[in-house]
Amino acid sequence: MSADATQRAPQGRTLSAAPGSAGLARRAWPWLVAIVAALLLPWLFFDWSTHRHSGFALTMLSEIGLMAIFALSFNMQMGQAGLLSFGHAILFGLGGYCAAHTMNAVKAGAMWLPVELVPLVGGLGGLLFGVLFGYVATKQRATAFAMITMGLGELVAACALMFMGFFGGEGGISTDRVIGISLFGVSYSSSWQVYCLVVAWTAIAVLLMRLQTQTPLGRMANATRDNFERAQFVGYDPRMVRFCQFALSGFFAGIGGGLYAIVYEIVTFDTVAAAKSATALLAAYIGGAGGFFGPFLGTIVVVLLQSGVSLLSNAWLLYVGVLFIVMVMYAPGGLVGIIAQHAPIARAGRLRELIVPYVRILLPGAFSVFGFVLLVELASFTTIGAAQGKAFKIGPQAVDPATAFPWLLGAAALIGGGLWLRLEARGFRARWDALMADAKAKGVML
Amino acid sequence: MEVFLVSLLNGLVYGMLLFMLASGLTLILSMMGVLNFAHASAYMLGAYFAFTISQYIGFWPALVLAPLLCGTIGAAIEMYGLRRVHRNGHIAELLFTFGLALIIEKVVQMTWGLIPVPYRIPAGLDFPLFTVYGTQFPAYRAFMLLISALMFGAIWLGLTRTRIGLVIQAALHHPEMVGALGHNVPRVFTTVFAAGTALAGLAGVIGGNYHVTEPAMAFTMGPIVFVVVVFGGLGSLTGCFIASLLMGLIQTFAVVLDYSVADLLKWFGFTVTSATPFHEVLTVPLPRIGALLPYVLLVLILVFRPRGLMGTRDT
Repeated sequence: MSADATQRAPQGRTLSAAPGSAGLARRAWPWLVAIVAALLLPWLFFDWSTHRHSGFALTMLSEIGLMAIFALSFNMQMGQAGLLSFGHAILFGLGGYCAAHTMNAVKAGAMWLPVELVPLVGGLGGLLFGVLFGYVATKQRATAFAMITMGLGELVAACALMFMGFFGGEGGISTDRVIGISLFGVSYSSSWQVYCLVVAWTAIAVLLMRLQTQTPLGRMANATRDNFERAQFVGYDPRMVRFCQFALSGFFAGIGGGLYAIVYEIVTFDTVAAAKSATALLAAYIGGAGGFFGPFLGTIVVVLLQSGVSLLSNAWLLYVGVLFIVMVMYAPGGLVGIIAQHAPIARAGRLRELIVPYVRILLPGAFSVFGFVLLVELASFTTIGAAQGKAFKIGPQAVDPATAFPWLLGAAALIGGGLWLRLEARGFRARWDALMADAKAKGVML
Repeated sequence: MEVFLVSLLNGLVYGMLLFMLASGLTLILSMMGVLNFAHASAYMLGAYFAFTISQYIGFWPALVLAPLLCGTIGAAIEMYGLRRVHRNGHIAELLFTFGLALIIEKVVQMTWGLIPVPYRIPAGLDFPLFTVYGTQFPAYRAFMLLISALMFGAIWLGLTRTRIGLVIQAALHHPEMVGALGHNVPRVFTTVFAAGTALAGLAGVIGGNYHVTEPAMAFTMGPIVFVVVVFGGLGSLTGCFIASLLMGLIQTFAVVLDYSVADLLKWFGFTVTSATPFHEVLTVPLPRIGALLPYVLLVLILVFRPRGLMGTRDT
């Protein structure tokens, strides 16, 4: 295919995006593929000998779903409206508490509600608190907004430990999702059924948030983010825009919290704590706050690191933190931004020529990552892991962390890999610049 | 009277400690616009460095070496990290320091362990200095007051009497103009950042053994220091000083006054029982509310008076 044909194709697509059944079908298929893939994924971990789903895989995938809603709702504030919040978890957690209390009330027979609608209760709880906190927080923006949300977050977290009635103190509120009322006659006693519910609600919430970006409110949120004064001149009250955006994002965060209550059947102090807010921030930024699906991608990375790596070490947050810093310093667009940067080269039809340069920088990169991970694991083993009576192993080989050898190996791999990476990065940059110049010459930049 | 005087002294000690942390942060925030989340991490690092150094060569060398180490780290962070991120705006800088604070906490956990380390008051200062109404006042607290008073004097003299101090004062308000006059503003930034971090480290050295030296100390101290900075107002060290002392006194007095709203209502002849609506809220004793007070203040000030007590511009 010639470069000209690839150049025209995307433009033609944007033009034909007018409403119509054909356009709708074309826009709907990625969603359907994603939902089917999400439903098929657990079967990869299905244990055919016992005919049971892997509980670990299902819990992790459910966690990805509800945390993705949470991270995307966080990005409704940060990415869309430019409001950096350090207390977003309070909306998530309070929604979760509302859902848990509702389920307990239904179980006790005090009210009627099918399990499928419990996340909606969480969402309404989140909306209520979003209105309440949003009214206070959105009086300011930028750094002041960040600090107000931090204060509110700490306030709610402290209250969660203080008031037993609503928050249940340190033990939290435990609940039971098998409440016997369902729209589809499902009992939700198995985690597969719960996973299907999580997938359904994740799809609904993500779709609604996606549509929200195209509403006038979503567009005005972008405007107040990009140029505060001009947005005022257009005739909108930026405070009102921020407030609506905040409250709506509270609604979606609450849905995530409601799902949390259903999946784990307990809502504790952790759901409102600062660490939870930080997780949303890290996920959104690692994935890329600029694009809509960035936080989704970031959530997958963070949850995989959290549940996959923390089985081996206690240091997952350190890896996430380092990844975050690297993103802030070198790739402010996040993973999605990195992918998007390849678009012009791909349109010029020369993406293939990047394969060799990529292999050449990924090799030293892997070396330095190996060295870094080894050093981190050694350090966390000697202070934390050794007390748990585990043995330290590199692959199948047991290594004594008290000797100098593994430390030297780690340091050598980290420093050597780093120097080698610097060397190769120069060649990569030259190749990249040449390809970009070529793309520019062909006029396929945008 | 006895409780009042002892609490007054303790509040003063705590307030001066807060000022040591907040003064650096307020300079960094006013000058560079960076809300430095890693500032409290420097406080923690100071305490841990002092703990390790004092195990080998004693407390007194640690008093000098640990802040110097922290200052060096601060200079490195500013030169190799913040300057690079600066191009992407203030939010990126804020996020950078936030990530840094996370990493430092994890590194501290991995190096010194999850549980508090036994960083103790030096034996030479571990005696009661005087007795007030039967309550002993430890010499170490007097020492803390002395150090922080010396530091306050040094900052004040440095900022008002030296050339670099005057440049810093000017850069607080008009950094572009200072740069246009031929001063090396980036170097001034590095100096201020390093000095602020060193001060936070010094606060850690003398505060770590007064409080507890543990990996969570940065995240408990961080928000309180933010409150002080916002309360005092941007660009005003005097406001910061007053806010520090006020916050120290408020927190200390809230701990000793064991009353709740229910006790207040009793004065008006209204008894709160477990049947009263919101009885849980009404019966919370003041010491527990005291822990909430800084955050309530943070929110209220930012909403109603964003320029703080003596600030020259909004936060």
